[in-house]
Amino acid sequence: MQLESMYQEIILDHYRNPHGRGLREPFEAEVHHVNPTCGDEVTLRVHLEGETIADVSYEGMGCSISQASVSAMYDLVIGKTVPQALETGDHFVTLMQSKGDAAVAEKLEDELEDAVAFAGVSKYPARIKCALMSWMALKDASARALSITETTPAGGKA
Amino acid sequence: MTVTVSRPGAGAQQQPLPLDVEAIRADFPILSRTVRDGKRLVYLDSGATSQKPRSVLDAERWFYENVNAAPHRGAHQLAEEATGAYEAARATIAGFIGARTDEVVFTRNSTEAINLVAYALSNAATAKEDAFRRYAVGQGDEIVVTEMEHHANLVPWQQLCERTGATLRWLGLTDDGRLDLADLGTVVNERTKLVAVTQQSNILGTINPLGEIVARAREVGALVLVDGAQSVPHQPVDVTELGADFLVFSGHKMLGPTGVGVLWGRYEVLDALPPFLTGGSMIEVVRMEGSTFMPPPQRFEAGVPMTAQVIGLAAAVEYLQRLGMTNVQAHEEAITAYALERLAEISGVTVIGPPDTVARGGAISFTVEGVHPHDVGQVLDDEGIAVRVGHHCAWPVVRRYGVPATTRATFYVHTGYDDVDALADGIRKAQRFFGVVPAEAAPPAGPTREA
Repeated sequence: MQLESMYQEIILDHYRNPHGRGLREPFEAEVHHVNPTCGDEVTLRVHLEGETIADVSYEGMGCSISQASVSAMYDLVIGKTVPQALETGDHFVTLMQSKGDAAVAEKLEDELEDAVAFAGVSKYPARIKCALMSWMALKDASARALSITETTPAGGKA
Repeated sequence: MTVTVSRPGAGAQQQPLPLDVEAIRADFPILSRTVRDGKRLVYLDSGATSQKPRSVLDAERWFYENVNAAPHRGAHQLAEEATGAYEAARATIAGFIGARTDEVVFTRNSTEAINLVAYALSNAATAKEDAFRRYAVGQGDEIVVTEMEHHANLVPWQQLCERTGATLRWLGLTDDGRLDLADLGTVVNERTKLVAVTQQSNILGTINPLGEIVARAREVGALVLVDGAQSVPHQPVDVTELGADFLVFSGHKMLGPTGVGVLWGRYEVLDALPPFLTGGSMIEVVRMEGSTFMPPPQRFEAGVPMTAQVIGLAAAVEYLQRLGMTNVQAHEEAITAYALERLAEISGVTVIGPPDTVARGGAISFTVEGVHPHDVGQVLDDEGIAVRVGHHCAWPVVRRYGVPATTRATFYVHTGYDDVDALADGIRKAQRFFGVVPAEAAPPAGPTREA
């Protein structure tokens, strides 16, 4: 039985009771990402206060992995600066590339909190993109949000 | 306390199967391997690509070990034998679809065959030679497709229209997964240059009434291209009965190797088309100022061809001919009928497509309420069952039926009732795993697995 190694209880909890779901105002950038091989979609908004991520709101449809991933990401990035959040995203990518290597997961446990439960997904190459879709959307949206706040004096960035 | 639970499979009919599944499975080396910690491979993804019998693998190996040379060039014995083997394979494959040998063009797959026609039609508009302009597509012309086409029979036509200024029109679908022909008379009209339609839907399983469509196209003088990627492998197809101008299919979906597909075209039409890919092999005379081209089929086969794959495909055709395509179709129909019954027993499962075997092939797409198709596929995979999930390269179809994606099971000559039972049990397991049905209310396992 390998199913449980992918579908950790934490993942199923996030899937059934997603954190932060729904599109909210205000926001500086909104992106729409799709997974063209399977049709999964996410619409994601980022609201910055200075460089800090004040809110990430989203709507999407997709499998349990993609939906749980965006929920776990929400918990991880609120209150972080954009560079900090993107660094966490890089750690998540590392986890996804770990091919189930427990040592990698252990090292990243503190950094990734609930999201470390996705370690089992890294053994299934076809599902990695499901877990990564929301992180790619966040990277895209926060870059856009930053470029907007940087050109707007009211954004607070010098 | 009374719990009424019907035994799965109790109502489903197991007719004797036309094909000897155990004997056929023994011909496919891959079917003896196990997956996911020792599970028997239940391969229900032949619609994506089929597995290969030993005779196909042997044919390719035979070619490389004994004959390998570039056909249609070279002055040596190997080149002569390679040319002979390549052209003999063309004759075998042509015979399989009732075609003249010089009407069979080898391409990489169905996708390339469709692109070949689409590019030839736009190249015709700018051709220097009058003879190549007969089927030119341009502004004011219309191309007709259907809403159930695979992306391979949709996107090339969208692109042709963008290149030429022609307009793309399409026939819609009914709620039960069939073509809506109510508008046929207006959608296909005197402006229509070509109608491109699938014979068997890769996602719905629907077998389309080509006769009616071909008749309408003939009335208005439009060409007809039939996408046979899902029909030629699974039912008898004879181009003389089809009445179309083009038929395309892929070798890898009919027990043959990857990298080889077929464009069949009526000779008269092929002969009036300019080339798509150009280069060696397809030329007649080359001067620095310009070149002339060979007649079909060579005009459309630039470069050294996929010789070993063509020979492998001929071996696949011979394998199918030994089974008999009428038997292959009857076998899949029996399996499909059984699968539709087994799926209908599972509450929360909805089949997207025709609910019975009338004018229907063996592609069964379905949704499971409360479980995303990817997750269904993952649970099935854990049981050793290979299915496809997603939009199946027919995104407009899943959109039409209001679902984000489906799980799809497809059948072939080695599929037995035991494979369908495994599928039904796997779906129930997915429902239990994701808590859609309570674990204790789950019905007992299905009947004894026999092929």
